[in-house]
Amino acid sequence: MSGGFLSLEGVRKEFEGVVAVDTFNLDVDPGEFVSFLGPSGCGKTTTLRMVAGFEQPSSGTIRLAGQDVTYAKPNQRNIGMVFQSYALFPNMTVADNIGFGLTVRKENSAAREARVTELLDLIHLPDKGKAYPFELSGGQQQRVALARALAIRPQLLLLDEPLSALDAKIRDELRTEIRRIQRQLNITTIYVTHDQEEALALSDRIVVMSKGRMEQVGPPFEVYNYPGTPFVAAFVGQINYLQGQVMDPASGTVTVGSATLRTTSGIEAGPGQPVTLMVRPEELEIGDHEENQVKGIVESVNFLGAIVRVRVDTESGMVTADLFNERLLELPKVGDTVTVCFPPHACWAMPAAS
Amino acid sequence: MAALTISTTPSSVATETPAAGQPVKRNRFWAWLFIALGAAYFLLPLVATGYWSLRAEKDKLGFEAYRRLFDDSNFFPAFTQSLVNAVAAIALSLAIIVPTAYWVTLRVPRLRPVVEFITLLPFVIPPVILVFGLIRLYSRPPLLLTSTYGKSRVVLICAYAALSFPYMYRSVDNGLRAMDVRSLTEAAQSLGASWITILRRVIFPNLRVALLSGALLTFAIVIGELTVALFLAQRTFGPYMAELTRSKVYEPSAMAIVAFALTWSALGMIALITRPRSRQ
Repeated sequence: MSGGFLSLEGVRKEFEGVVAVDTFNLDVDPGEFVSFLGPSGCGKTTTLRMVAGFEQPSSGTIRLAGQDVTYAKPNQRNIGMVFQSYALFPNMTVADNIGFGLTVRKENSAAREARVTELLDLIHLPDKGKAYPFELSGGQQQRVALARALAIRPQLLLLDEPLSALDAKIRDELRTEIRRIQRQLNITTIYVTHDQEEALALSDRIVVMSKGRMEQVGPPFEVYNYPGTPFVAAFVGQINYLQGQVMDPASGTVTVGSATLRTTSGIEAGPGQPVTLMVRPEELEIGDHEENQVKGIVESVNFLGAIVRVRVDTESGMVTADLFNERLLELPKVGDTVTVCFPPHACWAMPAAS
Repeated sequence: MAALTISTTPSSVATETPAAGQPVKRNRFWAWLFIALGAAYFLLPLVATGYWSLRAEKDKLGFEAYRRLFDDSNFFPAFTQSLVNAVAAIALSLAIIVPTAYWVTLRVPRLRPVVEFITLLPFVIPPVILVFGLIRLYSRPPLLLTSTYGKSRVVLICAYAALSFPYMYRSVDNGLRAMDVRSLTEAAQSLGASWITILRRVIFPNLRVALLSGALLTFAIVIGELTVALFLAQRTFGPYMAELTRSKVYEPSAMAIVAFALTWSALGMIALITRPRSRQ
């Protein structure tokens, strides 16, 4: 038996012969905030639904606080869940929605009212108890949904893309709010999202998933800066690919077109074998002050406020450089021939896809 | 529509306003005309019936037909019996259709066309065939259910519930489609609710409008139903009306008006009772 507060051991789910989740192993510590990140159909929601009890695994075990809950009914797990569509009961007021779980548990009305008031304060909507869900904005409805999930003092909080239906500004606000409340209550949380920015900003650890498999598990800094697979590198953040051939694995040199580039991350391929060199746009600079240099012609310059995105057509393909904006920045012009440079520690090589 | 188009280009307002004004008026005229024609189509027979019901006394308009009708000792028992039958049939139909439609929506959406077909059968099978089928099945042991008036009445209510399926299923299904059944169910489940609690506290209250319309249609069918009631030898409102039409001149018209008023007030009562606590 493993030691996580929530632990998934070899969890697998098939739908009519199609594997949705394959051999999922994860231990989540008490109070930890873990995000499942991946594109649609990667199995993240299915995994969450198995934890919630809405789906049953084809094989494997799910333990919660040391108890095997693999086949326990959803209403016996004491898990709070927040849905993308809010799923507030339209026929009930905000207070009744929040108190629903307590009513079902037959808590006395004084205790219930006290808990509802406490949660309304927690979500900063103290005067909305008598409102109906349709009278609230999307962001407010989702706060109520969060309060409703927390009212039953769940052992585990599950959030299934809770911010997807909201507009950008509200999303940012609520993201901060969710993290604040999670820290305040120190509640173990699983958060499903396809938005890498959300996962990076919120999580203690991220599980990156693709095609039903776990690609990488780690803290946001590690997942972003040291992606374990090409998929993770491409899915989390932006990435530039430079196709080349290994020159000398020991020194980490790779020929890309007519340039020779070096990486300090190590190369798991022999001399002459094709590799893909990857580098994040924010690591690239215009100029020749770093060791690795690639020449090209500026194809576009987009001013995005804090950053300026420059796309350069090089002999080994299009690369994107994100330059931090500053007043003295000299912007290249479209059509200029420029040198793009980056340090050896900023890039890493992976065997080229066949 | 016209206002929207104009507002996007301010410069065109001056030139387009007078031209746009004409069609609006004309549209309104036609709309009113059709409303008037529609209203006349429904109201004229009613007015004519009402007028006829007031002519029971020679050369004078009055309520004589109504007086005779209410003096008839069979009128209220027949109506009350139909009323009770209707309410029972609605309750039975709801108890069968809501859980079925809910389960189909949630768990086996692939079966929806099959269930839809089954609920449409009362449209395909004429009531006279239905009632003969029922009598054949329930008139001999082991399912002898037509031996007494009371037992036959139970069969009648069950038959009415079946007759209401096409309306009730469609109303409930539409209501379920209009809400996010799966998320609401799962939210309630994760909060610890059982299936019964979910149905009672989440699904039924949110289906109120749909249930009401299904109930109204069932009510309208059952209250004056003749065929099934006649063959099961029930003294309900349908057979009573048929009998009256054969033997009297002015009373049937008076009864039609009374039945109309009573039915609508009953429906109004249902609407009032099931009215949401707050505006939704």
